[in-house]
Formats: sequence, structure tokens, C-alpha cells
Amino acid sequence: MSRVTITINGKAETRDVEDRTLLVQFIREHVGLTGTHVGCDTTQCGACTVHLDGRAVKSCTVLAVAADGSQVMTIEGLADGATLHPMQQAFHEHHGLQCGYCTPGMIMASVDMVRRHDGELDEHTVRHELEGNICRCTGYHNIVKAVLDAAGKHRAAKTAAPVEAAE
Amino acid sequence: MYATTYHKPMSLSEAIELFEGSEDASYLSGGHTLIPTLKSRLAAPQHLIDVRNIPELASSIEVTANKVIIGSATRHHIVASSKEIQAVVPALSGLAGSIGDVQVRHMGTIGGSTANNDPAADYPSAVLSLDATVHTDRREIPAEEYFQGLYTTALEPGEILVRIEFNIPEIAGYAKFRNPASRYSMAAAFVSKHRDGHIRVAITGAGNEGVFRWTEAEERLTESLTAEALEGLTIDPSRMMGDMHAPTDYRAHLVAVMTRRAVQNLGGTHIL
Repeated sequence: MSRVTITINGKAETRDVEDRTLLVQFIREHVGLTGTHVGCDTTQCGACTVHLDGRAVKSCTVLAVAADGSQVMTIEGLADGATLHPMQQAFHEHHGLQCGYCTPGMIMASVDMVRRHDGELDEHTVRHELEGNICRCTGYHNIVKAVLDAAGKHRAAKTAAPVEAAE
Repeated sequence: MYATTYHKPMSLSEAIELFEGSEDASYLSGGHTLIPTLKSRLAAPQHLIDVRNIPELASSIEVTANKVIIGSATRHHIVASSKEIQAVVPALSGLAGSIGDVQVRHMGTIGGSTANNDPAADYPSAVLSLDATVHTDRREIPAEEYFQGLYTTALEPGEILVRIEFNIPEIAGYAKFRNPASRYSMAAAFVSKHRDGHIRVAITGAGNEGVFRWTEAEERLTESLTAEALEGLTIDPSRMMGDMHAPTDYRAHLVAVMTRRAVQNLGGTHIL
């Protein structure tokens, strides 16, 4: 057993867990945030994607004890109160889901993708960089549309920001 | 996963002491091979020794006049996005950027991959083709002596891979044909022309003894560094792995095709 403290969505969570506890188990079973899903449990499907110190990782393949002291963002941490994160809003508007199981991982991976490219994304890049997230329902079409839309809004916000600052 | 005890040493000596003091220990780096292996209960070390916080292994990239030196805890995405490496060996940064997927590249490390020596891993081909030197806590090992078969290296029990020094070639190329499901290589070729003119062709993903040099291709490419120089050259299927994804004769065919593609894409990568 080890005492592990991980800051999840801005809140420090301390638990005594077995060393074999996976980060996704820590998040779901010990902290009770069940928005992060376990799909394949073999590092392939990406349903368990969270941000670990700012980068998308598969939380089924990280030991909680190794993440001691880290910052984690899960799907529950994206929205600002009742206002959805732009990526969540885009998935909502474009219906970027069918059963919804892969959606939290898709959204966390997509937010990471927009950050890494600063919104400069095209369809080819989005499809390529979603290779670590598997959806077995929708064939990705609306997911890709949603990511491109959110990336476009990110670019627009970038351009708008200096103007707002000037005002 | 069976119960295990996690350790986070902050120095090489502490890590080695922990290893030598345990009956059944395993070093842990990015964990993207080891943790799935533990979860499927194919391995069950009683102690996991996380080497990522040891300063000598720290994530680092140094490019000198002749070498690219990478600390073993450096994650794939750091190598892939390194402007310094892109400028001198784009095939190496391109190789790193073709491993797994984005999330995997955020965790997996060059040292972990090279120490594990999975026969379908990417990095071993670059280590062998670029005549790299593997530095450990106790010695330097030339790539030629380092790889010793499937999942087998010259590393002794407890020995820690600290950093890898790659020679900067005149030019290099990497071509890979991936298994469409697992995305692991079914055959990949790393071709380098070194500054003194010698050619190294390293094949990964295909050989039944893991990564290997295809010396017959090197001889042809020494005559002429062109895909045409490889016309008609085949490799013996009995040297290949065969499985449900690709029988030996198909892998042998892919090796020849990927080697030609690597030559056609010198200065970059060709990932299928």
C-alpha cells in the first residue's frame, strides 16, 4: 500500500491504495469519477484517456502510485459550471457520438490535439491523430467534424483575443 | 495484475541496490510494454523499480557535431518533436513519431523500448543502423553487440540503460509496414549512409531473432545507394517470423519492399 495524492480537476485527492492500482482505477473506484471509461484495458481503445500533467495518456496503463504528485484532468473537469467546454459543445452540436462509451476519451484526446497544434488542424491530421481512440459505432465522421469545428473556434478565439485585450 | 511493491529511487546506486536486494524485481520506465504485460499476468515481479526520476536517465536531448545523445527516460513525443533531431536525423524523429499513438508517445521511453527489445519495436532498428552506443550504469555497449535475440540484450540483470548515443549519418531513411490492427511493425527498414560512406540496413518487426542487419542489402547499397540496386534481392523466409498476421514468405517480401522504400525516402520516413 502507498499513500498517493493526485490533484484531479484541481482538487487534491489522497488515498491509500495498493501499488498495483491503475490510474484509471484510482480515478473511478477510489475518487468516484466515473466519466473516464475502461474500454479495452489493453492500451488500445483510448476510452480511458485523461490529461496527466497536461498531456493525453491512457490511464489504464499508468500506475496511480507513479502519478503521485501529478495533476490530472478528466472529462468532469472540462466544463465551466453549466457551460460546456468548446470541445464538448462541438461533440454535442455535431452529434459526435452514438453510444457514447468512447466519448470521454475522444474529447480528452481532441482537447490535447487542439492544444498541441494550437488549433491548426485539417481533416487528415485529425483522423491520423485520433488513431489511439477507437469508436465502434459511428465511423468517426461526426467526431472529426466536431474536432474541426472546435479547432476552428479555438483559432477564432486566438484572433479575437488581442482585439478584446485592446478594448 | 498481481500485487507488487513500487519503488522510486532518485539515484542509480539506490536503484541498483534495490534491484540487487530483491529476489524478483523489474525496472519500470514508461510502462507501455511492462504494465500491459503485468496486467495479463505474463510477468509478476514482486518489486517495480521506477527509473524515471534518476538524474542520469533524465529526459534530455543533446546534439553535437557527430552525435545525437538521448537520455533513456526521454519519451517518444519529445524525440519526435525535437527540432534539433529533425535537423540532423529526420528519420530518427520520424521513427519516434510513428510509434504507437499520441497517448502512447506521451508515456513510452526510448530506454524502455531499447531495453525491452521487442522484435516489433521501432527504436532497435535506429540503434543498430546508426551504429549507436548504449551507455549503462557500468559500461558502453556497441549496438552490434547489444541486441541478442527476441527480448534479449547484452544488459546484465540489474544493469540500467542510461543513455544512447547515435551517430549522425550523412543521410538515413525509415520505412515501415504496420499491422493494421496492432500498429506494430510487420516489417520495417532503417537505412543509413554514414559519413565515412559505410551503409547500415537494420530490419525490425520481421526477423525471428529480432532486429538484424541485412548485410546483403548493405553490400548492394554500397555499390549504389538506389532502390534499383536492390532489384532481385530477396531474403530467406526461414529467417522471418511467421504468425497469423503474416507468414514468413510475406514478411520476407515486405522486408525487401520496405528496404527499397527506405532508400527512396532517405532524409525522412515512409510509414504505411
